[in-house]
Amino acid sequence: MSSSQDSLWDRVRAAGPLRRRLLRDDAASVTLSDLDGASSLSEHRDRLRGRSVLIATQKQLTAALAVIELDGIAARLVLCPPGRSLAEIRLIALEAEANALIVDGPGEPYDSANLGTVVQCSPRLKPIEAQDERRQSTEWVLLTSGTTGAPKLVSHSFASLTGDMQNPNAVGRDTTWSTFYDIRRYGGLQILLRALLSGGSLVMSSPDESIRDFLSRASASGVTHITGTPSHWRRVLMSRAAQLIAPKYVRLSGEIADQPILDGLRAVYPTAVIAHAFASTEAGLAFDVTDGLAGFPEGLVSQHSADIEIRIENGSMLIRSSRTATRYLNRDSNSLRREDGFVETQDLVELRKGRYYFVGRRGGIINVGGQKCHPEEIESVINQHPMVHMSLVKARRSPLLGSVVVADVVLNSGADLTPSNVTRETVSNEIMEACRRSLSAHKVPATIRIVATLEVSASGKLQRPNA
Amino acid sequence: MSTRSVILSQLVLVAKEHNQTLAPLADDLPLLESGLDSLGFAVVVARLEDQFGVDPFSSDENVEFPVTLADFIGAYERLVK
Repeated sequence: MSSSQDSLWDRVRAAGPLRRRLLRDDAASVTLSDLDGASSLSEHRDRLRGRSVLIATQKQLTAALAVIELDGIAARLVLCPPGRSLAEIRLIALEAEANALIVDGPGEPYDSANLGTVVQCSPRLKPIEAQDERRQSTEWVLLTSGTTGAPKLVSHSFASLTGDMQNPNAVGRDTTWSTFYDIRRYGGLQILLRALLSGGSLVMSSPDESIRDFLSRASASGVTHITGTPSHWRRVLMSRAAQLIAPKYVRLSGEIADQPILDGLRAVYPTAVIAHAFASTEAGLAFDVTDGLAGFPEGLVSQHSADIEIRIENGSMLIRSSRTATRYLNRDSNSLRREDGFVETQDLVELRKGRYYFVGRRGGIINVGGQKCHPEEIESVINQHPMVHMSLVKARRSPLLGSVVVADVVLNSGADLTPSNVTRETVSNEIMEACRRSLSAHKVPATIRIVATLEVSASGKLQRPNA
Repeated sequence: MSTRSVILSQLVLVAKEHNQTLAPLADDLPLLESGLDSLGFAVVVARLEDQFGVDPFSSDENVEFPVTLADFIGAYERLVK
């Protein structure tokens, strides 16, 4: 019988025989039984006891091994998403008060960067003397997908991360999970934990792999449960690779799942359960919808359970549950949850015929293929053009990517005295060029429209549509 | 300009803007092997909507996800007269 004090490794063992359960990426694989009496961190594992450990590996597999081994040993585990520069890693280490770092590549650049103890993690396990004291209650820290300024570090407990996984038999054993997500972000970590606690295996993706190669690999491992964003799934449907797998369970989250993508998946996987879930790093997993329809039934809001409460205030969704995060590290503790325990998701919903539909984000944040954009950041680049008077960046629904960014631009009155198409086009091109120089690709407007005016509210603010 | 040539020139333009190299644009070219990423395609679709006034992939019913370049162009040709 497992108790809430048990570590992840204890729970992994309790979920079923370890012998046939694998963790696999595009380069290596580890059978869970091999972790018995051996370690990916070799004898250094014990040096991490009680430490705040930043996991900054390149591969997902090594990150997965590190969390399995260190829950119950480290005081804090911080999961660094891939592709971070040394400078960003230092910033995260500072914010998280990390005093140990786990890497899986050359350790030298880190040694000189004053990041504390640097430990190598490798899928080639080394036998170690059993040091299986795992009594520490470990804090798990995840980064949000926000893209501006310092990253937000979100604190979870093992209990909040696994709140709905109490019954491992719910999904049945012999499941092989796979995910397009990275396990170092909330959505991917959920799948790692789900696979581990349900007695299953996990096939992880790699950014270097095509959709076809990844799905072929997942298929060779006998994938039964697979998850990704609507954008991932649109690419699958556009790749002719969908037929490579025959999953029993397909799940979408991280973006709005619209009816065409749900219907498209239903057509290629006629017997699978197709679920779309609402979850965020801060709010945790809120709910699953399995009726094949976009949006969610109104009943979810009124129905109170001990498990979760959903409330709609001013058109925006609030979540209170045992799965929400606790706090932001180094920020005001009330900034993540309100005093009444609700997390404001900033997601706007609209009720139509007994169903709520997601219509955008409060504050105008735009989600482009899972990456968040702040309109103000893009507008500030556009507004630097000498002929621009003001601009408004907004979302346009894109069937292939969720949303793309588009801009309406008002030119200075002097600049537009002779409004020939040539000048307009030149200015648009120059603005586009400036955006490409200083913004990442998903923030560059797909189209720029020169307009005569923009709506300004009585308080002098740009009228922003609910993007 | 024909619907087809408007689409092809937009693909070439966006690939250039995104520093991506396009494969030869044959009808049976799989879109995901065209060299343009999904962000690039989303930009192309948004611009074509401005030019043609339609987005064949945003309708709420019976959306076929295009696999080849011919599927992609055909979706517009059916709607743009």
